Amino acid sequence: MTIQRYTFHERICHWLTGLTYCYCLATGLAFYSPWLFWMAIVLGGGPVSRFWHPFVGLVFLAAAIWMHGLWRSDMSITPIDREWLDQAGNYATNNNDDAVPPQGRFNAGQKVFYWAMFYGALLLLISGLVLWFPERVPVGARWIRSFAILLHESAALITIGAFIIHVYMGVFVVPGSVKAIVNGEVSADWARTHHRLWYDRITGR
Amino acid sequence: MANGPLEIKAISGHAGTVAGRDTSRDYAVAKLIDVTTCIGCKACEVACLEWNGYPFRETEFDNTYQTMPDLAWNYYNLIRFNEHTNADGTFQWLMRKDGCMHCADPGCLRACPSDGAIVQYTNGIVDFQQDNCIGCQYCVTGCPFNIPKFNSETKKVHKCTLCSDRVGAGLEPACVKACPTGCLHFGSKEDMKELAATRVQQLHEHTSHKNAGVYDPAGVGGTHVMYVLHDINEPEKYGGLPKDPQVPLSVRIWKGPLKWLGNLAMAGGILGVAVHYLRFGPKREMSENGKPK
Repeated sequence: MTIQRYTFHERICHWLTGLTYCYCLATGLAFYSPWLFWMAIVLGGGPVSRFWHPFVGLVFLAAAIWMHGLWRSDMSITPIDREWLDQAGNYATNNNDDAVPPQGRFNAGQKVFYWAMFYGALLLLISGLVLWFPERVPVGARWIRSFAILLHESAALITIGAFIIHVYMGVFVVPGSVKAIVNGEVSADWARTHHRLWYDRITGR
Repeated sequence: MANGPLEIKAISGHAGTVAGRDTSRDYAVAKLIDVTTCIGCKACEVACLEWNGYPFRETEFDNTYQTMPDLAWNYYNLIRFNEHTNADGTFQWLMRKDGCMHCADPGCLRACPSDGAIVQYTNGIVDFQQDNCIGCQYCVTGCPFNIPKFNSETKKVHKCTLCSDRVGAGLEPACVKACPTGCLHFGSKEDMKELAATRVQQLHEHTSHKNAGVYDPAGVGGTHVMYVLHDINEPEKYGGLPKDPQVPLSVRIWKGPLKWLGNLAMAGGILGVAVHYLRFGPKREMSENGKPK
C-alpha cells in the first residue's frame, strides 16, 4: 500500500526552492572565499554569477513564499514538538525513535529546519537588497551597507548549516524520503514509522 | 620603477601567494595635495578626463561652484567647494580635490571577492582591473572615503588609478601635470612627507593657520594621496573628509573571524554528518507489528 505524501504542487515548489537555493549557494560561496571562486567560473564566470545571483535569489524567495502558503499550518510548532525537541537526542544519536513522541505530518526537526530557512530567506532578502544597490544607501548611513554584508553572510551560514542536515537526513538517514519528494508516495510502513499521527489521521484510525 | 612594469604587492580575492610579491625595490610614491594653495580652477578635473579618454559628462547644478555633487564612474577627480564659517565669524572658502586616497591598507581590496579585480602595487598605487571586476560593489562598502563608483551599464566599478599607466612610464599623474598653482605634487612618499612638513611649518610661522597639518591617516595605514589642510583638527569641513578613517569594522569581522567561523562550521557540518552516518547509519522502518523490517 502506498500513501500520497506530497502533492504535485508541493513537489514542484520544493524543487524550485531547492534548485534556486543551490544556485545561490554555489555562486554565494564563490563570492565568500577566493578558494571557492572556481564555483563562479564553473557557472559561467564571475560577472555572470554576480548578475544572476540576486535574480535567482528573488525566485527562491517567491518559491519560499509559495511554500509558506502550502505548509504554514503544517509547520506550526505544537507543545508535542517541544517535547520532541527535548528528546531530540534520542532521535538523532541513539536511533531510539520510540523515546520521542509520535509526530504529525512533519516532525519538530523538520519544522525547525523550515523556520530556519524561512526566516533566513527573509533576512537574506533584506540584506541582499542593500548589497544589490549599495549606492542607494545614503553616505551618512553607510553603516547599513557594511552591516548588511555581515547579516547576509550570517544568515547564509545558518541556512547552510540547516541545509547540510536537511540533505543528509533526506538522502541518507531516512530511506524513502527522496522517493517521497520526487514522486510523492511513501509506503504505509514509512508513514507509520516516521509520522505516526499523520498516518493515523489520513488512514482514519 | 620608471619605465618598468609595476610590481604587484597585493591582489584581491586571490587564493594563494601573490606572484612577484616582495621582489621589487620600487619606492612608495605619493601625491601631495596642498589644499591651502588650491584655487579651484578644475584643471585637474579636465586633465583627468583627457588622459583617461572620457568625454565630459552631464553635470548637476546645485548653486555652487562644484562641478557635480559627487564623483562618478567616469569622473575620478572632483574639487569639492565648501563655504565654511569659522567660530569667530570669519569665512573660509575651502576647495579640496577629492578622489581615491590610495590607502596602504585598502578597504576596497580587502572587501573584493574577485581574483585580481583590485591590485596594490609595491609603489602604493591601488588599481582596479575592470577586466576582472564582477560588479558586486563590495569595494563601495569597504571604502572609508566613499570613492568607488559603479557603472550600471557595464557592471564595473571605477576610481582614480593615480595614473598607474603614466607612473609606470616614469611620468607624474595627469592632474599633477595640469595643476597651475603648484598645489599638486608627486614623488616618493618620503619626499612628499618632507615637503608637506615644510609647508605646514611655513603655514604655522607665516600665516594664521596655526592648526595646519598633514592628512595621512594612520587608521588605513597611511595614504598615498596626502593633504595639507589649514585645519587638521576638522577635516570634515572639507566636504566630508573623515577624521579617523578605518576599514569598516564589519568588513574586518567579515573577512576575519566570521570567515573562519563559517569555514569551520561548514567543514565541521559536512564532516559531522559523515561521522554520524558511520556511527548511527540510517533509520529503519517498522512493520505494522512493531518489528524492524
